Amino acid sequence: MPDILHLAPYYVAAWLFFCGLYGLVSSRHLVHSVICLAILQSSTYILLLGIGYRIGGAAPIFADIDPGKLTVDPIVQALMLTDVVVEAVVVALLLAMVVKAHEKSGTVSPDELRTLRG
Amino acid sequence: MRERIRVRTFLVFGGLFLFLFCYAVANLPPWGSYRGPYGDVISRVSVYERHATDAVNAVNYDYRAFDTLGEEFILFTAVLGVMMLLRREEGTVTRDAGKVKDNIRLSTTVRVTAMPVILLTVIFGFYIGLHGQLTPGGGFQAGVILASIPFLLYVCENTETFRRITSHTAVEVIEALGASSYVLIGMTSLVMGAPFLSNFLPLGTTGDVFSSGTIALISVCIGFEVTAAFLLVGYTYLEEIITGELPEE
Repeated sequence: MPDILHLAPYYVAAWLFFCGLYGLVSSRHLVHSVICLAILQSSTYILLLGIGYRIGGAAPIFADIDPGKLTVDPIVQALMLTDVVVEAVVVALLLAMVVKAHEKSGTVSPDELRTLRG
Repeated sequence: MRERIRVRTFLVFGGLFLFLFCYAVANLPPWGSYRGPYGDVISRVSVYERHATDAVNAVNYDYRAFDTLGEEFILFTAVLGVMMLLRREEGTVTRDAGKVKDNIRLSTTVRVTAMPVILLTVIFGFYIGLHGQLTPGGGFQAGVILASIPFLLYVCENTETFRRITSHTAVEVIEALGASSYVLIGMTSLVMGAPFLSNFLPLGTTGDVFSSGTIALISVCIGFEVTAAFLLVGYTYLEEIITGELPEE
C-alpha cells in the first residue's frame, strides 16, 4: 500500500495532464481552452517536484541549516520557477488573442473559427 | 457529430497514454530516493562559492543565469505581444463600451481596510525582493507582489486612479530598463575578461542583504521588470474592457 501512495505525485500529474487535454479536445469556448492549457501545464509542476523529492530531505535554504545536510533537489525547483513564469505570460498572451478573435469574428467557439477572413 | 468522434478518439489514445505512463512510473526508482548528482553539488557549493543561502536562487540567477535571461525575455516578448494585439490603431474610433462604471466610490470601510493592506504589501514585496539570495523569494515573486498594489488601489478606488498611478510611459521605460540591465550585468563581466554573466561583484558576508554579488543585483533588476510587465498587462486589459472596440459591421 505505501508503494502506491508513494507513486501518487506521478499519478496526480498524469491525471491533471489528462484532464487538461480532455478539456482542450472537448472545448466549446476559447477562454475555457486557455484555462485547460494552464491546468495541463500545472501537471509539470507536480511531476518536477515529485522527481526532485528526497525522503528526509530539507528545503535547499541554508539560512538556518548546515550546508552538509541532505536536501531536496534545488535544480528542479529552479526549473519549476521558469515554468510558472512562462505559464503566466502564455495565458496572458492567449487571452489577448481570444479578445482579438472575438473582435474580428464575433465568436468564441473554436469550432466556428474555421473560416479565415482577411 | 465531429465533436463526438474527436472526444472518442481522444479517450482511446488518452487512456492508452495513461496506461503506458502508469506502467512506466511503476518501474521508476523508488519515490524519494532521487539520485541526480547536480542538485547535491549545488547544495554543497552554493554557500561557499557564492555566499547565497538560497540554493534555488543561486541556480536561477548565477549557475543557470543564461537560461533565466531567456526566461526574462520570454516575459518581455509576451507582454509586448499582449500590448501589440490589444493596441488601438491611430484614427480608430473608440467609444466607451459602458461595461465599467467609473465613478462608483466604495464604502469608507473598504478603503480604510485597504490602506494597511497596501502598506503591508509594499513592505512584503520589498522584503521578498531584497532577500532572494537568503530565503525563498527573489525578483519574480517580488515583482508579482508589487504589481498587485495598483490593483488593490483599483479595487478600492476607480479606474481613473489606476490610470493615474500607472503612467504608461514610465512603466514601459522601467520594464525596458529592468530587462536591459540584466544583459548589461552580463556584458560587464565580459568586459572584465570573465565569461558572460559570471559573478564579478564582491561576495560579502554570508547571510547579509548585500551579499552574493550579482545574484542580489540581478534579482532586483528582474523585480523591476516583472512589476512593470504585470502592470502593463493589467493596464492593457483594463483599457480593453473600458474602451472596448466593437467589431465592424
